[in-house]
Amino acid sequence: MTVADATRIAFHALGRNKLRSALTALGIVIGVGSLIALLGIGHGARVQVEKQVASLGENVIQIQPGTITKNAVKLGSDSVSGLTVEDAEAIKREVPDVVAVSPEVKTKSQVVTGNRNWRTSVYGISADYFTIRQWKTVKGEIFSEQDEPGAAKVTVIGSAVAEELFGEDDPVDKIIRIQNVPVTVIGVLKPKGASAEGYNQDDNIFVPYGMAVRNLVGKQTSLRKIYVQATSLEAMVKVERQITQLLLQRHGRGMNGIEDAKPDDFFKVTTQLEIAESATATARTMTLLLGLIASVSLVVGGIGIMNIMLVSVTERTREIGVRIAIGAHRRHILCQFLIEAVTLSALGGIIGIALGTGAAKLLTALAGWPTLISPDAVLVAFMFSAVVGIFFGFYPARKASRLDPIEALRYE
Amino acid sequence: MKSLIKLERVSRTYPLGLTQVQALRGVSLEIARGEFVAILGASGSGKSTLMNLIGCLDRPTEGQYLLEDVDVARLNHDQLADIRNEKIGFVFQSFNLLSRTTALQNVELPMLYHSGRTTRGARRERALAALNLVGLGARADHHPNQLSGGEQQRVAIARAIANQPSVLLADEPTGNLDSRTSAEIMTLFQSLNERAITIVMVTHELDIARFAKRNVVMRDGRVVKDTPITNPLDSREELLRWQAAEPAPSS
Repeated sequence: MTVADATRIAFHALGRNKLRSALTALGIVIGVGSLIALLGIGHGARVQVEKQVASLGENVIQIQPGTITKNAVKLGSDSVSGLTVEDAEAIKREVPDVVAVSPEVKTKSQVVTGNRNWRTSVYGISADYFTIRQWKTVKGEIFSEQDEPGAAKVTVIGSAVAEELFGEDDPVDKIIRIQNVPVTVIGVLKPKGASAEGYNQDDNIFVPYGMAVRNLVGKQTSLRKIYVQATSLEAMVKVERQITQLLLQRHGRGMNGIEDAKPDDFFKVTTQLEIAESATATARTMTLLLGLIASVSLVVGGIGIMNIMLVSVTERTREIGVRIAIGAHRRHILCQFLIEAVTLSALGGIIGIALGTGAAKLLTALAGWPTLISPDAVLVAFMFSAVVGIFFGFYPARKASRLDPIEALRYE
Repeated sequence: MKSLIKLERVSRTYPLGLTQVQALRGVSLEIARGEFVAILGASGSGKSTLMNLIGCLDRPTEGQYLLEDVDVARLNHDQLADIRNEKIGFVFQSFNLLSRTTALQNVELPMLYHSGRTTRGARRERALAALNLVGLGARADHHPNQLSGGEQQRVAIARAIANQPSVLLADEPTGNLDSRTSAEIMTLFQSLNERAITIVMVTHELDIARFAKRNVVMRDGRVVKDTPITNPLDSREELLRWQAAEPAPSS
């Protein structure tokens, strides 16, 4: 007896009870379908997060002021006015493998032009900032390095701000006023969407650092961040270490008169890899959770198969008795019923994959959720359904193969 | 004459609750090639147990059973299955055809489980030949529920002889059939026996046993009578008598 013969017998048996076979497979269809759809949602979310992290730029290292605890009171991130523009300059001068460095100060301000106004974040940065973040303009130019020390009154605005202030009009060469300082718009940035933290990156305007310090924020204001771009991914760890050493050297212990502070408290150096890791970890956990929920329904489908196979074995006791009497080996009977179970589950799996993919596409179309069906997920779902068939089909098939032919032939 | 089936002081005991039931108590029996034996007995006489033993569906508790000089008790599950497949053809009281499966596919079934490889074409050919032999070649594509009881039993007989077994074992083959159809089945058995097929048939009907060449009577797990029938009934003559008594059904 060949596998082809056994398969033919199994298909014949399934065909005898079409409705029952279809309903049994439906359990697997639902399980695999939801597995595919939910994994698609989770995967889609992860890809989106990865995209957001990539929007930070390439090989980026961020340095932020730290938080310190003074007399058991945890102070906020501005409590140590640690980072200065000189730190940024020192990093650019002294650390090898650094391509670009930009300081960053930030203030919230009302921005006015004509009869329109809009409250937005104003960033003071150097021209390197746009290189680091790989940010290009859709209209006009970004400011050059010459604009920076001269504290030129120019600005590059985000696309959302351009929309709010100018609507359909071209903002380039128009004057806007930030805290009553007139500034010329020289460029509009390409939309970037939400950041990994969830802020709209297009609702910002950017001015040269020197101009921001002179006109918008006080000279004493410490930097909110320093952005550094390393030459390569491999160089990042080394650059990170050297920056830490340099900053320790520059600030030493006892900054701001806080004697018991540890050096780590003064600043925090984060690489893009770490940001990516923490951001994708959430998405991964979500995918795992969704997958787990779907797996439960797949297992329930498997139990359905086991149930029907047990009923089928009981119903066909006489048939099994006849087959054994005329010379079927135990493994022939085992194979026959196992193939029936696997056929049900694999068939359900294939239909489930199709339906799950459709459901994911529908979610994207209707609710705008990003979904992504990867070939891996399809393969895993299919294998999973086949394994469910083998696992839950084995016990009934074994029971069938162990029947005593004398008893089975007498069964009514 | 060398014996095909040789039972020596065979016993079979079943546990039933706390007691033991002795279905067979030291049965010795020899059946030679080409015989047509009827095993007679009331229910509980042990004839079914004997049948299961001869058919290799069961093994003796004590004693020895040689089938073609092979000690069956020494064989494992798969070897027993192969013996049933190749050397024994079963015919049951309730036909036991697979439903929603054509007559032809039913007859092909033993060939499916045969250890030697056969092509689908060869299987089909042999199955058709077996169906022709029982006179049902024209009904090969009919399902059991489209066939009469007698026709179903003939399909079952075709299935039993499909692998050219050494012995045909029939357990009350006419138990579910009327007298006329029973005579038809006996005609078939007698003609198969004329083709040198050994037949062992269990029955409790004396009329049916008279078609055989030897009668073995059992009671309480023992053989109490073993007589050759010197002048067995000729089923063809019986059929002619039936036809004279009433016209054949028009179907």
